[in-house]
Amino acid sequence: MADIALRLPVADERPAVNSWIAPPLLILAALFFFPLALIVRQALTGDGDVLSIAKFASVFASREFHHALGNTLTIALAATAGCLVLGFVLSVLIAFTPFPGSRVIARMIDTFIALPTFLVALAFTFIYGSAGMLNESLKALLHLDLPPVDFLYSQWGVMLSEVTVYTPFVMRPLLAAFSLIEPAQIEVAASLGARPLRIVSRIILPAALPALVAGGSLCLLLTVNEFGIVLFIGAKDVITLPLLIYDKAIQQFDYTTACVIAVVNVALSIALYSLYRFVVAYFGSRRAGLV
Amino acid sequence: MPADLAGTANAVPAVVRVGVERAADRSSSGIGFEDVTVAYNGLVVLDSLTLAVNPGEIVALIGPSGSGKTTALRAVAGFVRPVRGRITIGPRDVTNVAPHARNIGMVVQNYALFPHMRAEENVAFGLRARGAAADVIRQRVPECLRLVGMASYAKRYPRELSGGQQQRVAIARALAIRPQVLLLDEPLSALDAQIRRSMLDELAKLHRELPSLTVLYVTHDQTEALTLADHIGIMRDGKLVAFGDAQSLYRYPPNRFSAEFLGRANLLPVQALVATGGGMARVRFRDGAFVARNHHALPDGGECLLCVRPHDLCLAPPDAASNALTATVKSVQWQGDMQSVELDVDGHLLRVSCAPMHAPPSPGAPLTVHFSATQATLVPETMVRG
Ligand SMILES: Nc1ncnc2c1ncn2[C@@H]1O[C@H](COP(=O)(O)OP(=O)(O)O)[C@@H](O)[C@H]1O
Ligand SMILES: [Mg+2]
Repeated sequence: MADIALRLPVADERPAVNSWIAPPLLILAALFFFPLALIVRQALTGDGDVLSIAKFASVFASREFHHALGNTLTIALAATAGCLVLGFVLSVLIAFTPFPGSRVIARMIDTFIALPTFLVALAFTFIYGSAGMLNESLKALLHLDLPPVDFLYSQWGVMLSEVTVYTPFVMRPLLAAFSLIEPAQIEVAASLGARPLRIVSRIILPAALPALVAGGSLCLLLTVNEFGIVLFIGAKDVITLPLLIYDKAIQQFDYTTACVIAVVNVALSIALYSLYRFVVAYFGSRRAGLV
Repeated sequence: MPADLAGTANAVPAVVRVGVERAADRSSSGIGFEDVTVAYNGLVVLDSLTLAVNPGEIVALIGPSGSGKTTALRAVAGFVRPVRGRITIGPRDVTNVAPHARNIGMVVQNYALFPHMRAEENVAFGLRARGAAADVIRQRVPECLRLVGMASYAKRYPRELSGGQQQRVAIARALAIRPQVLLLDEPLSALDAQIRRSMLDELAKLHRELPSLTVLYVTHDQTEALTLADHIGIMRDGKLVAFGDAQSLYRYPPNRFSAEFLGRANLLPVQALVATGGGMARVRFRDGAFVARNHHALPDGGECLLCVRPHDLCLAPPDAASNALTATVKSVQWQGDMQSVELDVDGHLLRVSCAPMHAPPSPGAPLTVHFSATQATLVPETMVRG
């Protein structure tokens, strides 16, 4: 009886809710889906009016595309792995080994997320670049003619920059997850004879797993689409999908190829995003069962 | 340092006493605090605690919230480092030993079970951490779960267990490593009254089955302490204000705070003490006189407190030597199996617990209550070691 009474007003409100949703949906469609649709159309029709996947076939067959896809995935996976490892270690240190200033550091990580990504690449060129601080001082110190440190203009440079930029994206959910671990659990584990490493691997890591997976898939998504860092590092043979799109569209005026690659890039992103949502939802509901 | 075992044995039940003797040959260890002082940011929260828990004994530390009980326990476990003093477990000085090397079982207020592990994995955790052989784990885990009556819940996750069941698993987890000492921090406070009562009985039973286990039990609940403990320490503001075997601490509290905290005693200020021999003394209260036990041998002529428990005050004279006191009724409360009456004597509150009355007195009426001289004790205002 009671829940019939409760359900009725909700049913009445339905249409009202729907009409509220309409304006934002329209704006979203105009701003987002329309350009996306244009890209897909350009990719499928080229400059003619006939729908064809011929362009897709030729792009998929090109070495350039394979190379860029390979680079994109390699860099994204490696950078994500780096972010996860570095983020986990740093978060454990910040959360569980209280030292003066650990709060300030946790705050700074939040700020870091707000900065544009290419700033780090820029800073890295100042530090590790061929005319950067490190190489100049090493050259002076060891009387060398050529810069001895030469990793920046390669995949390594891109990965290092991405790890630096995106590690905070892993640390934020991790620190949130760590703050939910009951300190008494760690103390009990220690009193049962567990050393710090075992406590990290058996108590902290399992509790952090959802945060790690969520943070990791977010990193993967962001690194797959990273443009600024790759452009700023400007390594000749490090061409990723976003860079290839830029190159085709802006340098070579080959819009159709650019759109084909863009479609692939978008599809990849949506797949990764779905993975991320799935993981969050999966662990979210399991978490709900935990409490 | 270890307190005299023979002296305390009189107070403990026979079953446990047998256990203590058996404990000795299984080399169980006591816990020693020697002048242990703990401070947080310069603020002393545990002040020169000196206390011995004999091997195989249960000692309860009780006191109000914030009195430093948990801190004392955490010092034994190694989670706070004393700024001064020594902590020993058995013959070993553990003051500077890391927590994982202390061989301690610990049960905390909210159990802190590992949420992603099944009950049996929780219990196995300590054994795995110590690198126990697989067949030892296979044998010991079910054994410990059986000991706490949780054998059929081995595969459950903590979230699938009730508070009382989690509590049992937490105890099994602590016992699985065969610790020298078991530390319990308010283990029953998260349970509801009925389950608390039966868990209390089970803890007592558990200790009969594991008589060599030395237990330090922290609680703010005097019933738990009186039921379980061989010795009780009463804490206040970081200091141990009383320590003794449960019975004598209850009957002869060494100061006002212990008398009030352990069993809500009635306390009346009395003067002009005169010892009358046989451990008794006469004191003056207003224009009357009382006779009471002078267990602490307080000096003649002094002032002190007369301590009578609410259920030792009766409406009829219990014996020939009884004392009588007339007071004004403040309130009467019927509590099922007993009647609780609050009286006012010269601005002092007096609680009486008695059998339900047919015609309870009404507020404002005078009422004369009696108490036996042997049930009344003279207590000094401040510290006497019990
Ligand atoms: N980590 C801490 N930092 C600062 N003060 C603390 C800390 N832990 C406990 N205290 C203080 O120490 C005092 C004793 O606390 P505790 O031992 O937990 O008392 P109890 O267990 O008797 O309630 C309290 O005043 C408490 O505020
Ligand atoms: Mg406490």
